[in-house]
Amino acid sequence: MMNTKEPIIEFRDVTFYYPISETPALQNINLKIYEGEYVAILGLNGAGKTTLQLCLNGVIPNMIMGELTGDVFIKGLNTRDYPTRELAKIVGMVFDNPEFQLTQTSVAEEVALGLENLGTSPHDMEEIIGEVLQTVGLSGLKDRSPFELSGGQQQRLAIASALAMHPEIFVMDEPTSNVDPVGKEEIIAVAAKLNQEKHMTVILAEHEVEVVAQYADHVIVIDKGKIILDGTPQQVFNQIDVLAKCGLRTPQVTEFFNQINQSKKLGIKELPIKIDEAESLMLNQFEKK
Amino acid sequence: MEEVLITCDNLSHVYSGGVVAVKEVNLKIKRGELIGVIGQNGSGKTTLVKHFNGLLKPTYGKVIIKGEETTNKRVQELSRSVGYVFQNPNHQLFAKTVTAELEFGPRNLGLSEEEVHERVEKAIEFFNLDTYRNQHPYRISFPLRKLVGMASIYTMRPDVFILDEPTTGQDNITTRIVYQLIRRLRDEGSTVICVAHDMILLAEVVERMIVMRDSVLIADTDPKTVFSDRKLMSSTHLYPPQITELSHRLKDKNFINTYALSIDEMQKVTDQQLQVKRSK
Repeated sequence: MMNTKEPIIEFRDVTFYYPISETPALQNINLKIYEGEYVAILGLNGAGKTTLQLCLNGVIPNMIMGELTGDVFIKGLNTRDYPTRELAKIVGMVFDNPEFQLTQTSVAEEVALGLENLGTSPHDMEEIIGEVLQTVGLSGLKDRSPFELSGGQQQRLAIASALAMHPEIFVMDEPTSNVDPVGKEEIIAVAAKLNQEKHMTVILAEHEVEVVAQYADHVIVIDKGKIILDGTPQQVFNQIDVLAKCGLRTPQVTEFFNQINQSKKLGIKELPIKIDEAESLMLNQFEKK
Repeated sequence: MEEVLITCDNLSHVYSGGVVAVKEVNLKIKRGELIGVIGQNGSGKTTLVKHFNGLLKPTYGKVIIKGEETTNKRVQELSRSVGYVFQNPNHQLFAKTVTAELEFGPRNLGLSEEEVHERVEKAIEFFNLDTYRNQHPYRISFPLRKLVGMASIYTMRPDVFILDEPTTGQDNITTRIVYQLIRRLRDEGSTVICVAHDMILLAEVVERMIVMRDSVLIADTDPKTVFSDRKLMSSTHLYPPQITELSHRLKDKNFINTYALSIDEMQKVTDQQLQVKRSK
């Protein structure tokens, strides 16, 4: 990734210990993320994905106790020097369990909550609410109680509430773990749309590697608080052995091609990670018996 | 003849307000089966499986568990035969330690302390929870908490386990452990019913799939038949595993003539039907 611009997010030698913990949750993290990237963070439960994400809006170190060394910069601002409510205007965040985030009695009020805190005028508020509910496909459910929505709809509402604040960076922590395949596709599609149309920087922690291979353009692998791999999906998913050591798998087509590449001596240097690539490679490399 | 544990005979369920959630379902579930129940949210799959342990009673038709109609039975009695493991372990666990959590079920069955102890130890061994026995269930990680949820049902020794989304929120390693445990439960003679969206679980672990759509049972067959039926898949908003999708595409082009549900199967298909091009 050649880039002459300043990164929108930068970690410099970041190490973080939670209180009374002797092992660091993050260790010597150096990382640059540029505006408009769709970044996926991969790692086992407990590897440090959520901790890293909490550094992005300053919840670490400003609200969660612990010991942070090194610096995190968001648009050049050191997160130590800015309160989370300021950083929240830049960084929107959605967690894996939307139930914890929803508090209001209607969908519209839920979205309005963050805007009220920003001091938005009622007129502007209405416009923004209409716009973000349309983005996430919930326009028809404005007056519904958030608790009467399906898991996928609740997650999209949490996304809408975060979007209403017009963040430049959008962070999602396993947003699809409680929703069915349709809901999952909806959420991933909304994030992709924001990334492509609004040039929003998206940071997604997600287990399903096939989804990551399809959408992300920058993949970070964390294991035991350290960054193990940092590159394009193509680079990262080709490191099958390194991923396996971190307890992670590659997309099924990559694993399949890795096996036949060896057993049939195909001599493929870059294994496919997406379904389209795998299909054309099969047709190029093989013929019917 | 294998023993039939659950029979649904023309089962319909209508919620108050008139919503028909399950419509005229007929099926039989035998001992030792490994079943996946699928369908999108709102398809009726949860309503259906809640009849398997008497949490819900039929509005029309009947459900028979181990030879007895559920209508006049209490959930407490039926839960000896059919155990339900919740998707979210936080909705299930309440005791102060893992051991206490595991003791609760068998003690409630009125077993002797000796028997309770024996079952708890067996569960700790089966689910590999020895390190955590004295910890608070909320202090251990989410994947482990899910295992404790399964273990607390295991101590009741039900004939049938219903697992609601056993792999959501799990990473690659804990997901593989859950697959293994599901197979081992079956090897011990239990029936395992997974309500799941995890397509790899459905393609590689389960042996029979029950597909619900709009309150109706639309398919009850083996995973291969379901995954090879594209119309059925898309009408229930399901996506096959990536490797199965690859086999679909190659079959559409007449390049291969069978579907593959796993990487191993795709290897076999390649070996049998294809050769490396000579003129690359």
